[in-house]
Amino acid sequence: MGFLDIKNVTKSYGAVEVLHRVDISVQEGEFLVLVGPSGCGKSTLLNMIAGLEGISSGTISIDERVMNGVHPSKRNIAMVFQSYALYPNMTVGQNMTFGLEMHGVPKPEREAALKDVAKLLQIENLLDRKPGQLSGGQRQRVAMGRALVRQPDVFLFDEPLSNLDAKLRVDMRTEIKKLHDKLKTTIVYVTHDQIEAMTLSTRIAVMYQGYVQQLGTPKEIYDTPANVYVATFMGSPAMNVLPVRVVMRDGVPHAAVRAQDGAEQYLRFSQSNLAAWDGREILLGVRPEAITDPDGADRNSANIVPLSNRIGVTEPAGADTFVTMELGGRDVIARMRADANVVSGQDFTFAVNMEKAVAFDPASEERIAP
Amino acid sequence: MAVADQDTAVRTGLVTRVFIYGILLVFAAFYLLPLFVMLTNSLKPLPEITGGNMMALPDTWTFEPWRQAWSSAQIGVEPTGLKPYFMNSILMVVPAVAISTMIGALNGYVLTKWSFRGDKIIFGLLLFSCFIPFQIVLIPMASVLGKLGMAGSIPGLVLVHVVYGIGFSTLYYRNYYAVFPTELVRAAMIDGAGFFRIFWRILLPVSGPITVVCVIWQFTNIWNDFLFGASFGGQTQPMTVALNNLVQSSTGVKEYNVHFAGAILAALPTLLVYIVAGRYFVRGLMAGSVKG
Ligand SMILES: Nc1ncnc2c1ncn2[C@@H]1O[C@H](COP(=O)(O)OP(=O)(O)OP(=O)(O)O)[C@@H](O)[C@H]1O
Ligand SMILES: [Mg+2]
Repeated sequence: MGFLDIKNVTKSYGAVEVLHRVDISVQEGEFLVLVGPSGCGKSTLLNMIAGLEGISSGTISIDERVMNGVHPSKRNIAMVFQSYALYPNMTVGQNMTFGLEMHGVPKPEREAALKDVAKLLQIENLLDRKPGQLSGGQRQRVAMGRALVRQPDVFLFDEPLSNLDAKLRVDMRTEIKKLHDKLKTTIVYVTHDQIEAMTLSTRIAVMYQGYVQQLGTPKEIYDTPANVYVATFMGSPAMNVLPVRVVMRDGVPHAAVRAQDGAEQYLRFSQSNLAAWDGREILLGVRPEAITDPDGADRNSANIVPLSNRIGVTEPAGADTFVTMELGGRDVIARMRADANVVSGQDFTFAVNMEKAVAFDPASEERIAP
Repeated sequence: MAVADQDTAVRTGLVTRVFIYGILLVFAAFYLLPLFVMLTNSLKPLPEITGGNMMALPDTWTFEPWRQAWSSAQIGVEPTGLKPYFMNSILMVVPAVAISTMIGALNGYVLTKWSFRGDKIIFGLLLFSCFIPFQIVLIPMASVLGKLGMAGSIPGLVLVHVVYGIGFSTLYYRNYYAVFPTELVRAAMIDGAGFFRIFWRILLPVSGPITVVCVIWQFTNIWNDFLFGASFGGQTQPMTVALNNLVQSSTGVKEYNVHFAGAILAALPTLLVYIVAGRYFVRGLMAGSVKG
């Protein structure tokens, strides 16, 4: 039993079901990120937690209180909207205390709460301005301030950083993380940016087409994705997924792949239960950073396998150099150290960290668990 | 080369501008001419009009026609001037404008932010009321007013104009609120504001431009209405009907100077509303389209 419990929740608009049997249990103080592509139902789920959308079936409860049918203002939640939704006719100070005023909190207490939060967010000098006179970053802060003064049980964020420029977005991301470390309030945060999801969350729910594809810690999601969709959605550049045939050599399953010159090479799996797939095709998933030059390979790995292939395009990106090659008929990306000696068009011996490889059932695209 | 280009640009600009201003001046003069005629002739003694040039300025300036039109001219059978009818119009227009604007704003708010089953149909029907000609409803309206016991009274006229006005006022506010971000309403809901508080504290404070548009529209329409006033006014007829009586009923000499003064008096309030609020009128009409 968690603090915020979403049990078997569905949402339909008329005959169309847009959320299917969502089950998420969030502990107090957790930072849950809902991530997924546009239209997957993230905002809908968040609005249902807020009470802005009705629940078609199932229950949502906060602190053991069932929230179905409870008015948004009675749920002790606060929400930060993508557009910030600051009241244009009120000053920053009035914006932030409007909720307290509506809840009948006396003026001296409102002023005190406002002062505390303004100080925390360093917006004390903006309190008398109208939202129209603020920059995007300042508006963002005020919107967060408005949520903070209420001291809610749960914070709900709907893509709060998507209207900011790249640099400010990174700064505010850090700030939100710090704020959460300090306040330890439960947060549900919607984004379609997987880097935001990885850096902020204690747990991530990856959503796609109205289904929660996987719910887990960032590490679980990254290292052991539940299916091909999660594997390719999280991580940048995306995980390489290519069809390989499983062959047994010396009683150990190997992935047989064809390099560009046509020769078949064998990559030894660390996952012994793949023996059951002997002779059949599976999907092999390898993240770009698990394919390196031999010197850059992970020293702690017990299963580094060499792979000879021709180098396609090289893309130096400052800290790393990305190398594209053709493998098994697909483009595969490797992530090298910046000073790795790679030249486009030359043959090269890569090192593949097969300990980090994941295998997927080609029919269901689900991961084959070890 | 560049300098020469700039020179031509400036010169063409000047020629075009002189041309444009010239045309504008001609049109402005054309439109102001009637007002000029009315104003000058209302300030002349009658013999100067009948015996001379309509376009000339008065030889003797006099306010007597204005005084007569206001307080002693023969309206129908009573020598009361337009004064009591002016009051009737005010007593009719002010509540009718206020009530229809208020209802329109509430309708717009509900239709855009609290959508319900069939809201589109209801809006469609309200829009439909904008296109019903006045004449069609005269007889049913008379019977309704009779049943309500409001026939021939100012409250009756107010009711008629409110009913006719909410179609347009709803249209104005609905379109204005349609582009008002719904997230603000949601934020206010979470903040704990109820139906009326959201309207009062969040939407109404930013409704200035559209309110001006709506008030000007309703004010001019209701003030200038003749048909309803003549049909349902009874003993409390509005200014427009009285003006008609003033101009039509004089049996002896036609006192053109008094008629001119009366006509200007009848048009004065709408003129005033435009001058005071006209700036916002244009701004309000544009508001929906640019905000998007
Ligand atoms: N009022 C509605 N009527 C019908 N369908 C709706 C309604 N609101 C949302 N939907 C549908 O529900 C699905 C989920 O929408 P939602 O807004 O939750 O997406 P999202 O994940 O937040 O996407 P984005 O990242 O673009 O904000 C979409 O397919 C959308 O078309
Ligand atoms: Mg969304």
